[in-house]
Amino acid sequence: MNRVMQMWQAGLSLLLCSNVALADWSTLNMRQGVTEISRRVYDLHMLIFYICCGIGVLVFGVMIISMLMHRKSLGVTPATFHEDTRVEVAWTVIPIIILLVIAVPATSTLRDMYESADSDLDIEVRGYQWKWQYTYLNDDPAKEIQFMSALKTPQNEIQNLEAKGEHYLLDVDNPLVIPINKRIRFLVTSQDTIHAFWVPDFAVKRDAIPGFVHESWAVVEEPGVYRGQCAELCGKDHGFMPIVVHAVEQADYDLWVAEKQAEAEEVFNTVGKTWTKDALMVKGEEVYLQHCAACHQPNGQGIPPAFPSLVGQGIAVGPMSDHIDILLNGQAGTAMQAFGQQLNPAEIAAVITYERNAWGNDMNDMVQPKEINTMMASE
Amino acid sequence: MSAVIEELHHDGHHHGPDKGIMRWVFTTNHKDIGTLYLWFSFLMFLTGGVLALGIRAELFQPGLQIVQPELFNQLTTMHGLIMVFGAVMPAFVGLANWLIPMMIGAPDMALPRMNNYSFWILPFAFGMLLSTFFMDGGAPNYGWTFYAPLSTDYAPPSVTFFIFAVHMMGISSIMGSINVVVTILNMRAPGMTLMKMPLFVWTWFITAYLLIAVMPVLAGVVTMMLMDIHFGTAFFNAGGGGDPVLFQHVFWFFGHPEVYIMILPAFGVVSAIIPTFARKRLFGYDSMVYATASIAFLSFIVWAHHMFTVGIPLAGELYFMYATMLIAVPTGVKVFNWVATMWQGAMTFETPMLFAIAFVILFTIGGLSGLMLAIVPADFQYHDTYFVVAHFHYVLVPGSIFSIMAAVYYWIPKWTGNMYDETLGKTHFWLSFIGVNVTFFPQHFIGLAGMPRRIPDYALQFADWNMVSSCGAFLFGFSQLLFLFIVIKCIRGGKKATDQVWEGAHGLEWTIPSPAPYHTFTTPPTSMKEAHG
Repeated sequence: MNRVMQMWQAGLSLLLCSNVALADWSTLNMRQGVTEISRRVYDLHMLIFYICCGIGVLVFGVMIISMLMHRKSLGVTPATFHEDTRVEVAWTVIPIIILLVIAVPATSTLRDMYESADSDLDIEVRGYQWKWQYTYLNDDPAKEIQFMSALKTPQNEIQNLEAKGEHYLLDVDNPLVIPINKRIRFLVTSQDTIHAFWVPDFAVKRDAIPGFVHESWAVVEEPGVYRGQCAELCGKDHGFMPIVVHAVEQADYDLWVAEKQAEAEEVFNTVGKTWTKDALMVKGEEVYLQHCAACHQPNGQGIPPAFPSLVGQGIAVGPMSDHIDILLNGQAGTAMQAFGQQLNPAEIAAVITYERNAWGNDMNDMVQPKEINTMMASE
Repeated sequence: MSAVIEELHHDGHHHGPDKGIMRWVFTTNHKDIGTLYLWFSFLMFLTGGVLALGIRAELFQPGLQIVQPELFNQLTTMHGLIMVFGAVMPAFVGLANWLIPMMIGAPDMALPRMNNYSFWILPFAFGMLLSTFFMDGGAPNYGWTFYAPLSTDYAPPSVTFFIFAVHMMGISSIMGSINVVVTILNMRAPGMTLMKMPLFVWTWFITAYLLIAVMPVLAGVVTMMLMDIHFGTAFFNAGGGGDPVLFQHVFWFFGHPEVYIMILPAFGVVSAIIPTFARKRLFGYDSMVYATASIAFLSFIVWAHHMFTVGIPLAGELYFMYATMLIAVPTGVKVFNWVATMWQGAMTFETPMLFAIAFVILFTIGGLSGLMLAIVPADFQYHDTYFVVAHFHYVLVPGSIFSIMAAVYYWIPKWTGNMYDETLGKTHFWLSFIGVNVTFFPQHFIGLAGMPRRIPDYALQFADWNMVSSCGAFLFGFSQLLFLFIVIKCIRGGKKATDQVWEGAHGLEWTIPSPAPYHTFTTPPTSMKEAHG
């Protein structure tokens, strides 16, 4: 028996040492995060984890001892007991007490997560296949900031043609920017299928459900870049719609807001001017690769039948009015979305012009942003 | 069919099976149908396994290498559907067919012709489901939980075939369950009171009621989908006054009992095997029965714990959290009873016992992570990550599937009359045990570190453990070919089995010859001394 014990001790110390060697716990455990709530969630997680470990050690310990001692090869005769009301009551009551120990902090944390209070900033988070739209709600609609946020990782990295960057799949073109130490309310909804807005560092995960708005909130305490991902299967590119949040000091946030509002004004102005076809083609290719290529593919060939080809067939070589209509309003019953709400008139005009004149499509026509703008206004 | 009837009429002494393929097509014999179910289930297990290996091969490294996202989503969906409805459930029905009549001293199932129908629906249902891979737009790609509107407005055209296949599976399950209930209530040998039935019969009895209760709910939800897709209704479309979350409520009202449908018979199997090899009566038989019934009841009132992030109000979240935590109590009772059965026994460790002990340990790990998932604030972080994937694979693979393998090793000497190859059996066990843990244990880590489930590609910090997990998956997958070899070898020959087969085995099935004759208990047994022990 002594030798067995020694072996166990040796094995155990080996196990502990190897754990120390794997000191980088961040890839093995939940993140503590940067909000009071996220730290409490982490503490709760560790509490249950340790309780579960304790139960495991106890139950498996008894089993292992039994397997070592109560084997036929040792010549033991089996006992004959097969019930005992006292132990049955004990192992019903003790687990209930343990559950109560867990339930108390779980309940208080959950109550605080659900506590409603006035927020400093309301952001509508709208899921699209497969990107996010953020709208900073403002009583004055002219001052509302709204933009799309999509994956920035190049296709070449995903297809293993280039080395993968540090933030592979966790990088976006336009991150969400929020001030620290302010109560931010996220109003989460969706334009198409169900998505889920998840930022692990805030312990915020809320399903984005089309037709319904659900809220969640966070007070971020440290400036930084926090990354998350869509957490509900939402179709083909579910794995490719990350969330990036820049939490910054209030002063930096104010600067960013001013910049964004100036940008919006500039877009408004460019819509009014007349574009050359070359300018439209350049802008169009950029928009196409960002918004259309995931389905219709960079070469326009699509993945029929779900995502039809645009080369030499279909809307890109049909009447201009149909082409514009499908871009603005989408195609019901298919994955083709209504881009009228996602892109500005210049982008829509550019991408239509591009699709009609790229990959050997030779329609030789073009549409101006201001024409699109008029159509959008009249709808 | 008529040949069988005529033969029985003309020659009451002839008890052998028909010859040729028609034996299997027309059979009404519970042992034949049990065999058909088990082989069908194994075929589906390999099919679903190949899909899983496709998933794990893609996830071996970051980046897209082998399958593109469209196909990846089809693989995860079909893997789930096939394993749940094609592998685990039919395997337990196969075991029920073989064992319940022999355990309660009945000559056959109560409704033999319906038994034949409920099996033969399945190959057509799964043939149709698998054919969707070759259709325009591909196979179902919306996850095995097929949440609307991804499975309605945004689904590929094959969704209609999927709905029809689910209907067929449901009809098969309901018929099979009615058969089990009727057999157990009406065909027990004199003296076999309910509280003398082996636990495998008890767990199946309760499982059958669960199936009868929830399969119509599943049929309802897919019918609502069908209406939304083809007939202009808007059950799950907010634009028409419906609600996508309604889908989830109805689905999980079926889905949560479904989880226990896949584990309760496993409890029965393990409760048969551990006493045999510990040479000691099962500890706390009565409390095992009551715990099973409690788990079944609780399974109906916890469904929304799959939906903690959909925006349920605080009171709802608290209720579903407490109700879910409560399940730990009867489940704990079961585990403690198994451990107490082992305690001070005289154990030997043949292959069925190894699988049964691994079941207790690994199912408990899955149960403990289940307890963690019940805690709502923590679930906000766990939900839809690989932590959940690790959790339910721990209860399904070393849970349900290990118990099915344990059952096959335990009863196959009775079925074939031959002992399986013990050395190969133990090899199969250790390869599976290592494979399962290497596959699924690291998934706890990558889930906690933040990797969402159902993604074909992942950020670089998840790369190491995904690679480990993929290696384990291939080890586990290929080990199952050894299982196939062992079973075939055992059918073809081997050391002759005695009637009792195992030294510590008790129960009516061990009183009949090995192999079990084509017809058993045509006259009921008289002594119940050999009932559950």
